[in-house]
Amino acid sequence: MNKILNEAKKSALNALWIIVLTFPIMVIKVNTINATVRWRWMNILWVGFGSFVLSWMWRYFLDRRESGGSSKSDDEKPGRIVKIRKTLAERRVRVPTLVSLAVLVVVFPFLVSFYQVGIMTSALMFVILGLGLNIVIGYGGLLHLGYAAFYAVGAYNYGLLYLYWGVPFWAALPLGAVSGMVFGLLIGFPVLRLRGDYLAIVTLAFGEIVRLLLENLSGFTKGPEGIAQIPRPGFFSKLSLQGATIYLFYIAIVLVLLTIFVMRRLEDSRIGRALEAMREDEIAAQSMGIDLTKAKLTTFALGAVWAGLVGVILAGKTTYINPGSFTLMESVMILVAVVLGGTGSIPGVILGAFLVTLIPEYFRALQDYRMLMFGVALVVMSIFRPQGIIPKVRKHYRVGGGES
Amino acid sequence: MVFGGLRAVDHVNMHIDEGEIVALIGPNGAGKTTLFNCVTGVYTPTDGDIKVSADGGEVTRTNGMKPNRITELGLARTFQNIRLFSTMTALENVMIGRHPKLSAGIFGAIFRDSKTREEEEKVIEDSLVILKKLGLEKHANEAASSLPYGAQRLLEIARAMATEPQLLLLDEPAAGMNPQETRRLDDTITRIRDEEGITILLIEHDMSLVMSLSERIYVLDYGKLIAEGNPTEVKANPAVVKAYLGE
Repeated sequence: MNKILNEAKKSALNALWIIVLTFPIMVIKVNTINATVRWRWMNILWVGFGSFVLSWMWRYFLDRRESGGSSKSDDEKPGRIVKIRKTLAERRVRVPTLVSLAVLVVVFPFLVSFYQVGIMTSALMFVILGLGLNIVIGYGGLLHLGYAAFYAVGAYNYGLLYLYWGVPFWAALPLGAVSGMVFGLLIGFPVLRLRGDYLAIVTLAFGEIVRLLLENLSGFTKGPEGIAQIPRPGFFSKLSLQGATIYLFYIAIVLVLLTIFVMRRLEDSRIGRALEAMREDEIAAQSMGIDLTKAKLTTFALGAVWAGLVGVILAGKTTYINPGSFTLMESVMILVAVVLGGTGSIPGVILGAFLVTLIPEYFRALQDYRMLMFGVALVVMSIFRPQGIIPKVRKHYRVGGGES
Repeated sequence: MVFGGLRAVDHVNMHIDEGEIVALIGPNGAGKTTLFNCVTGVYTPTDGDIKVSADGGEVTRTNGMKPNRITELGLARTFQNIRLFSTMTALENVMIGRHPKLSAGIFGAIFRDSKTREEEEKVIEDSLVILKKLGLEKHANEAASSLPYGAQRLLEIARAMATEPQLLLLDEPAAGMNPQETRRLDDTITRIRDEEGITILLIEHDMSLVMSLSERIYVLDYGKLIAEGNPTEVKANPAVVKAYLGE
């Protein structure tokens, strides 16, 4: 009983504090037109009650995490996610699931409106961006806050090539990947010795530098007005808007599959192991003959390739690009998708990307609170479930039984 | 090796010949691990030369080389505070040690040509063989951090051996071990030298191990070399006794 009284006292104090702090906003409402002041006393009740309950719940969950959570690891306590993984791993569940998924994907564009197809394509593009960033953050352990720069590089690659030399979509696509890789190397070199926060700030700066260059070199890049009328990809001949939309959808699907394939292969390879060692302990890794410079540059370049590819797709999809689409916020949203979904885990990143793109789309009513929601979600996840919604499951090499 | 005003390693002359087991001893803070760090490339010596002679006889000056390059030259080390990759299994830790002897790159990772596939199969086999040599094969699938302390120390040695070194630098391999484990370590290190032909340089505080195992000893105190010779000579050296026990 004493404990409950204690908690009630704490929560009441919290509520009082918050009432005082939010008094000017919640209670006082100034009407500038009539020069009057309206006093909304009822709000004190709402704010008080809400903060009382919320602060109690918050402390409750924090305590629970402190006492119970730290001893449990994801390996010991089979949560719902692990059970889903186990069921999906069985052949008889996995094969029909994949087949029906494949069928759904193929017929999807014909079942829904073109607008929906466009949205889904955007979501798929975001998945590829997330997976690309995952290579840098999840595999390499390098905090990258300027990923949108590579996105911009890919998009402008197509835009500029088309503008000056009329290069078509399919020629621009591999070039976009290459230019992404080049810029990945460019950012890799200066940050080789940096760790943690310093690395993050420099990559953030790099992202902004690229955007500002695009905006200010207007003689070359057309600056803030952007490049318009970029042609959509054609299929032997020019496609209609609807045809191109469906075409882009399939292209995105193929790219997502390609990305997942490459990432799986990377995980289970000498390079993948080297990256993991580097992530765990740089000094020990170096002592085992792993060239940190090469590994970090590889990570940045490999991660950037995907953004370059998707950038070309973006230009072909929206037919108009300008520097404003590649801001810091874009980099952050990709980061949110990766972290929320599960850093380092491919299904996690895919889920995160879908959540970040589709929730604002389908819950338009909450549009104004979008940033607030993502912020709160990020804070809550970081405290209570930092490994993300679908945590990474380490596959181990095992002897006497093959890989697990 | 000078750090600002501190001479951590001060005019130390050492040489290690092939097939020897040499010990580097001295009180805490004498500069032994700093010397290791200079030799393995973690620090760049502010003065002096470190030279490694390869099998072919060519001598390389390794000052300023990065640690991974020095490992490729044939020097591998263990750490005073265990630096295993804790999320990986024992087997995987040793597999990381194989890194410099493998060649697959991004192309091999993505396309898995036959050369890469063969290499990957061999890696697991070879790593298991190394684990067996140190008696750790039963821990192969366990997470490194869950191994008993003595096994963790042995695993660090196994991981270093995986790089196929000419010279193995062991930094306090017996730290925290009980007498039985220490005796076993004695046998293991001797075996490594005899069967694998690996030269050993070890830092150690356990005097019984040092006296039993090593053929030559260098003694460091406050960064300076105060004695060198075989175990009997060193044990009797008054400067050594003074350094360890005071006046």
